[in-house]
Amino acid sequence: MTVGSPKIRVSKDPVKKGDMVNVKTMIQHPMESGLRKDKDSGEVVAAHYIVSVKAVYNGKVVLDAVWTGAVSKNPFLGFHLRAEKTGPVEVTWKDDKGQEFKSSETITVA
Amino acid sequence: MENKDILAMNRRGFFRSAGAVGVAAALGGVVASVPGKVSANIDALIAEQVGQGTITMDKIVVDIPEKAENGAMMRMPIIVNHPMEPNNYIERVAVFVDENPKPFVASYTFVPESGQVNIEFRLKMAKTSNVRVVAKSNSGALFGLTKKIEVAEGGCSG
Repeated sequence: MTVGSPKIRVSKDPVKKGDMVNVKTMIQHPMESGLRKDKDSGEVVAAHYIVSVKAVYNGKVVLDAVWTGAVSKNPFLGFHLRAEKTGPVEVTWKDDKGQEFKSSETITVA
Repeated sequence: MENKDILAMNRRGFFRSAGAVGVAAALGGVVASVPGKVSANIDALIAEQVGQGTITMDKIVVDIPEKAENGAMMRMPIIVNHPMEPNNYIERVAVFVDENPKPFVASYTFVPESGQVNIEFRLKMAKTSNVRVVAKSNSGALFGLTKKIEVAEGGCSG
């Protein structure tokens, strides 16, 4: 199964300082909990899931998530943040095998 | 003289009950850590994430239907109606599904600069269950929401 290709989307239109900006992110990941059995072999499928997601904006961690195998596969995460000044919002995903994925998008403050 | 005796007795009585409380607390700890006793463990799991305290059932909004077609991918939008100011903000939000093999699903940590607690993700539900969201403010106040969600087809759950 594909792992990676993180995506991030914010409003393309400039926002005003203090406005709330909706940030939408997605990543390809199996999110295997380690509790599921394979339908054919009957064997337990090894755990493989994202354990943390961090969003940094304006030099600050504005969202720090801890995830378990109970988050759905190909996870979606949407969140809001307060626009301060023009700059990137960078999201970093880490999984239980130490793989790291990053993607970023610029928030434009008029 | 009489007063002194009463005091002495009260003191003994106090220590006796204090001992009993101590034993009960110790037993409570043992019971809570028995593996597999998942549903009885929810309180302990919540305390692990946000600390102990009285949870006020207020301020949290999760706008989803009470029936889910597919437990493998259930929308989980969470809004906490609380200021996000330097000295008064929501520090953490944790999500639990009681009937999942591992009830703790996810936690989210915020700072005042986050501006708002308004997030959305998707989670797995093994079967019909209570879904719990607990939020903790920087001063330690706890807010909660419990919603029973009926699941038609369970997700291969975590």
